[in-house]
Order: sequence, then structure tokens, then C-alpha cells
Amino acid sequence: MTDTVLQLTGITKRFGTLVANDAITLSLGAGEVLALLGENGAGKSTLVSILFGHYIADSGSIAVFGKPLAPGDPRAALAAGVGMVHQHFTLADNLSVLDNIMLGSEPLWQLFTRRNAARARLADVAQRFGLAVDPDARVGQLSVGERQRVEILKALYRGARILILDEPTAVLTPQESEALFSVLAQMVAQGLSIIFISHKLAEVLRVSHRVAVLRSGKLVAQAPAAGTTQAQLAQWMVGHAIEPPQRHEAAAVGDTVCALRQVSTPAARDCLRGASLELRAGEIVAIAGVSGNGQVALAELLCGTRQASSGSISLLGRPWQSDPATLVAQGVARIPEDRHGVGVVGDLPVWENAVSERLRSRLFSRAWWVRRRAAQAYAQSVVRAFDVRGGGPISPARALSGGNMQKLILGRALLHPQSTDAAAVTPRLIVAHQPTWGLDIGAVAYVQRQLIRARDAGAAVLLISDDLDEVMTLGDRVAVMHAGHLSEARPAAAWTREAIGLAMAGAA
Amino acid sequence: MMLEKRAAASAWAMLLAPIGALVFTLLVSALLVLWAGAPVGRTYSLLAQGAFGSVFAISETLTRAIPLMLTGLAATVAFKARLFNIGAEGQLYAGALAAVAVGGLHGGSGFDLPLPLLFVLMMLAAAAAGALLLLGPALLKVRLGVDEVVTTLLLNFIVLLLVSLMLDGPMKDPTAMGWPQSVALVGELELSKLIPQTRVHSGLLWACALAIGLWALLKYTVLGFDIRAVGANPRAAVFAGVPVTRTVVLVALLSGALAGLAGAIEVAGRTSYVTLDMSPGYGYSGIVIAMLAALHPLGVIAASVFVAGVLVGADSMSRAIGVPTYIADVIVAASLLAVLVATLLTQYRVRWK
Repeated sequence: MTDTVLQLTGITKRFGTLVANDAITLSLGAGEVLALLGENGAGKSTLVSILFGHYIADSGSIAVFGKPLAPGDPRAALAAGVGMVHQHFTLADNLSVLDNIMLGSEPLWQLFTRRNAARARLADVAQRFGLAVDPDARVGQLSVGERQRVEILKALYRGARILILDEPTAVLTPQESEALFSVLAQMVAQGLSIIFISHKLAEVLRVSHRVAVLRSGKLVAQAPAAGTTQAQLAQWMVGHAIEPPQRHEAAAVGDTVCALRQVSTPAARDCLRGASLELRAGEIVAIAGVSGNGQVALAELLCGTRQASSGSISLLGRPWQSDPATLVAQGVARIPEDRHGVGVVGDLPVWENAVSERLRSRLFSRAWWVRRRAAQAYAQSVVRAFDVRGGGPISPARALSGGNMQKLILGRALLHPQSTDAAAVTPRLIVAHQPTWGLDIGAVAYVQRQLIRARDAGAAVLLISDDLDEVMTLGDRVAVMHAGHLSEARPAAAWTREAIGLAMAGAA
Repeated sequence: MMLEKRAAASAWAMLLAPIGALVFTLLVSALLVLWAGAPVGRTYSLLAQGAFGSVFAISETLTRAIPLMLTGLAATVAFKARLFNIGAEGQLYAGALAAVAVGGLHGGSGFDLPLPLLFVLMMLAAAAAGALLLLGPALLKVRLGVDEVVTTLLLNFIVLLLVSLMLDGPMKDPTAMGWPQSVALVGELELSKLIPQTRVHSGLLWACALAIGLWALLKYTVLGFDIRAVGANPRAAVFAGVPVTRTVVLVALLSGALAGLAGAIEVAGRTSYVTLDMSPGYGYSGIVIAMLAALHPLGVIAASVFVAGVLVGADSMSRAIGVPTYIADVIVAASLLAVLVATLLTQYRVRWK
């Protein structure tokens, strides 16, 4: 039996009345990869934040290599050999790789920096763990995969023997994920122990030795990875059996609803360069790609909040009008990526958010005055039809959980105010930008089902997602976005995961 | 020391917060009163009597409250849209000057407009003056991202100097024995008194009506929704199709107009001519009042009566007992700070490491 390098005993943490971690006892052995699984809000991030010293547990203790760890002190955690690679990198784009790694490692009163010694040490660490990197390259010019390697090297350079990786594959192409897994294998061979946080069940079973599942703050299951199935993991995460999303083939594909021809947006970090795309009724076109390659530009363009600088866009045969209220009136349903920051106005009540896009229409306003009763009735029907829970139409929208907020946004996009039970009005075009990001499994399945239903009712759906599984499951046709260029949208069957991965990296 | 967000603000806390703030304010001010060598209990009771202890006291308080209400409303509507209008002081003076300029056009100078019409024009001119003054900074903000706090604040000084130039020059009252003040308004253009032999005038009714009007605008109209959305989350407002630039411009016109009317109503109701010291910082106090009222137009009525009461009561108390009137400014400022901290504490808890 391998020795225990890390022991968490009875860790409990409360935020007000919310119990984020409830008496969690967990151990990690030398050379072991432990996967920490759980829905959003299950408590994984809180637990590792306590381990790394960002938070102080209300009760419980942590022992690293047999010695108790001082709580609330990241420096103490680092000194004890615990390193963390956060989901959102903390790198200075304008400095070199070597500078980023050295940053903070030398005492302030030291007169001269010891760059040569640092360079030698970095080369040694990089070689031992198989992480090839150019120490003088500017971080701002590195790819996401390379930046992650720099983050890992930062931890290893400081002598981490226990490494925590928070959702490391969320931003990688399939090929880059493979490269990461081989690096992890090398680290384990060198005696490191790893805690791997992820929600991607297939990867978890591949990479880890043991799996621990958190649900609502409690540790509900621990099992060796060998012999556990994805369905079993999902059931532990959610608490009941769930159906995996099914692929439904599209029925009849109709006319072109929206056509983009050689569309570019003004040059910026995230822009479109000569993109062409045709969206037809009754079809889901899924756009794959690593975030930051122009998806935001495409989404904002089709939501009416960004202008094209060249090319032409048509909607139902007529020229595109870049005004949100006009687009909504013409039957464009929009689901933004950032539900908190763009989708709703948090301080305003749910009912005002439900009608915000249509307020200027005759449905909900008469001259200056808002037709409150009509608006509140519509909001009530959205809440009922889409099972939005958390306070009712008059409570502020920010009180809703992520999943319920997304259901509200989905509901106001898909449920037309003039729909009746007998004659539902379906949107003509649905623009969905990362619609399932950050949602729990149940909510993800719900959103995906709604998109498929809308497609079957004749809507043209554009789905932009960085989740490759979602793209492959839902997309009737798939296109890949890289550096502002949109590939041809081929039928899903014509793509392999590998081909998409290469296209995502711009190599196809 | 860390601030940790609370899971939910309890109704308990929301009720205790303003009371706690008030208690804290009274305690802090009591310390100052003791330092000034006066008995605390008597000081506070004289303050209360001076503010509300007689019909005369109440009338004085209400008179003082009128311009505060209007500048408070001006700040409220602007701040609701995150347009931080610090220029209400200058807009007030501009409005007063415009009112007197238009009001002076009657009889002898060649125009023969019926006085009620002239009154309306006078008020419109005042509102327009204030509105135009805020329009510039608002456009600079939406087009070029220029900080409106800086532009509106500095415009105050420019306007005040302009007023001083006018009052010592073209608009000077030749019969005023050398004092720089404007010609007085004709008696018929003045606002009528609500209670005889006191100074409280019908401007109070106008101010209350405007407060109710602003409340209805914010709550029941499309523009009101636009204002609240732009203030709360501009990105989401753009996404929802709110015309942001147009909304900010309308807010600027509205806010400036309210501040301009504050100046006109002061002239027409209280002083009847413009002087350089007619406003002891009403424009700035309006911001305090808006914050105390938590940006609620109806709350502005209560907050302005409170602040006016403190100011008037302090005047009367200081005549009786000798504690300097600056205690009033301390009380008002301390109450604002206390209310802000109390509101913070309803949403966050302090954790000592």
C-alpha cells in the first residue's frame, strides 16, 4: 500500500446557511491520481481552495506528508509541497516564460536576481517531466496548451509534490488533452500525486486511479476508476439515474433562414474573417472550436450587438438589421454566453427580464406606459412552462441559480408571447452561445432537449459550443472555428474527433 | 479582515440597518457636542424643537427642504442611470439666472405677455438652462468615455463665476445699494405662500408632485425601465435592445432640468432675486439626500425633510446654546456614512482572520 501524502479529515465550511463542505474526509496516496467529481456547487472548488489556503475551514484538519498544514496560508501550502493549476491562468502576457515562472519565487530583499540558476533549474524540471517549453518566449504569444504547461511548470519549479489541476481540459483541443495526459503519466512515474478536478466523465475514468464524488457538499462515493462506468459516476453526481442525451436525426431540412457571405467584423482580439455560413430551417449547425477564436464575434453579430465590417448577411431573404429589438420581432431567439452579465439585469425582477427584449413592441407597451399585467402574465407562463424555480416573477433575477436563470433566458427566447397551447409560435432562428456552460447534468439535458424540440418544430439553430461531445451529439452539420476563419459546415457524420481536433488547432 | 457575502439578507437586518445608522450618528455627534462643552440631552432637544417644535419651525424646515428635494430628485434620476451628476449646484444657479432673466421680460422692456404665461416660460427657461448644462458632459461620457464626475464638478465653478459676472454686470440691480444681486421678480411671478406669515411656499407642492412623477416614470414607463437597466447593467441593456445613448441623454436632460428648477423655485418662492450665496451647497446636499433615500424618489421627500430639519434645528439650537451650527453638517455627513456602512453590512459579513 502506498503511503498517504495528503490527509483531509472532517473538513467543514459554511457560507452563511450554505454548507459548502460537510465533514469531508479524503486521503491521497503517493503516485496516485485522484479525480474529484461533482456538479457545479457540489463543493469541489471550495475544498481545493481550503487545501491551497484561499479559505479557512470552519472545522477539520489537513496533514501533508504527515505534518499538519497551517490553514489560510497559500505560502505554507506551497512550502509544504502543494501546487495548484487554476482553471483561469494567472500569467503575465508581456513577460517571458522564465520571468513568469520566477515571479514571486525570490525574496524581496535579495539584491540581484539569479536568472542563470533559475534557467538551469527550469530546464531540469522541464526535462524531468517532459514539458518542452522555450524559456524566453513571450507568454502572450503562446497557445492555450502551452500556457497551461507554463502554469504546471510554475508549480513544479516550486517543488510541488502534490499537484491540483482544476478543469485542465476545459480549454484544450483533443490533441492537447492527449499531450496533457502523457505529462500526467510522467509526473506520476516521478512520484507526484495528483488531484484532478473535472466534469468530463470519460477522461476521468481514463486518467485517474481513484474517483471521489461530491454532491451538495458531502462526499458520497469513492471508488477505484477501474470497474466504474460513466453511468455510475453520473448517478453518484446527481443522485439518481439519468438518461444520456440521444442523437435524433433531423427530419426534413427546409429553406435557408439566414445566410452569411464572406462576413468580417472589425479587427480585434476576437473577430470574424470572411466567414460564410448557411442556416436552414429544421437543422442544427454546431460550431466547434476553442474559446477565443471568433465565437464571441459571430454570436454578437447574430445577436445584433456587433456590426459587420464587410460581407453580407440576410435573414429570411431580407438584409440583416443589426438591432436586437428588430431581430427579436422578426423571430430570432438569442441565448447569450454570459447569462449573469449579459442575459439578465440582475437587479431587476424576473418579469421585467422576461419581457426586456420585447418591451418596445405593442405587446407589452402602450405609448410610454408598460403593460404590466400583460408582461407579468407572460412572465408567469414562461416560469411555469420552463420550470424556473427560485422566488417567483417579482423577485430579482440575480436570486436565481445558474440553471434557473438559463431556463428563464431559454423560455423568453423560445416561448412567443402569442403562443397558445393549440398553436405554438416557433422562432425562425435560434442563436445559442455556450447554452449549457456551467449547468448541472439535469439542466444540460433539459437545454439540449429544448434545442432539439425547436429544431424539430422547424427552427434553424446555430449552436456555438466548446464542448466537443455536445457538438457531436447535437449538430446535424458541424463547422470549426479557428482564428476567425470558419470552415465549411459538413454533415456530422463526415467528421471524426481527430479531424475536428486538427481543425480546431488550425492544422487541417 | 475579510468581507464575506451573506447567503441572504434577512428582513431583520434590512429593518435594523437604518435604525442602527441613526443611533450611530447620534452617538458620534453627541461626542462632538460634549467636546463643545454643552449638555447632550438639551442640545438634541433644542435641535428637535428648532426643527419641528412649532408651526413656525415646521414651516422653516419645509422651506429649506424644497430645494433639497429638487436637487435630491436630480441626483436620484441621474445616479439611477449611473450618470454621476455632481453639477447640480451649477445647474441650480443657471436655472435661477435664467428664471430671473426671462421673468424680467415684462411691461417696461417691451414684451407684454400675460403673467401666467411668463411664469411658465420662466420655469421652462430654468429647466432648459439646467438641462443644457448637463447635456455636454453626458455626451462626452457616452461618445468619448470622459468621466462625468470631473466634467460636471468643474462646470460648477465655471457657472458660479459666470453668475458672479452677470450679477456684478449686465444683470445687476441698480437699486440694490451696491450689492451684487439681480433685479427682483415682480410680485405676481412669485410663488404663493402656503401658510400666511411664514416662508413656506407652493414650491413644496411642485416638488412633491415632481417626486411622485419621477417615481411613476421609473416604475411604470418604458423609459423608466431603460434608465434602470442602463444603470444596473449596461451590457445586458444593450443586449435587450435598450437605446443606451438616447437614454443617457434623456436622463441628463431630466436631471439638469430638475436642478435648474430648484434654482428657479428658490428665486420665485424664497428670495425673489439671485445672489451669489443663495445656495449653501444645495446641489451637493442633493447627492447626500439621494443616497440616504436609496435612490427612491418618494424616499427623497423624507430624506430632504430630515436633512432640512437638522439644518434648521441646528441654527436655532446654536442661537440658544452656543454649539456651532457645523454640527448639522457633521450629523448629515455621519448619517450618510452610517447608512452606507449599514447597507453594506446587510449584504456582507466581516470575518476576522
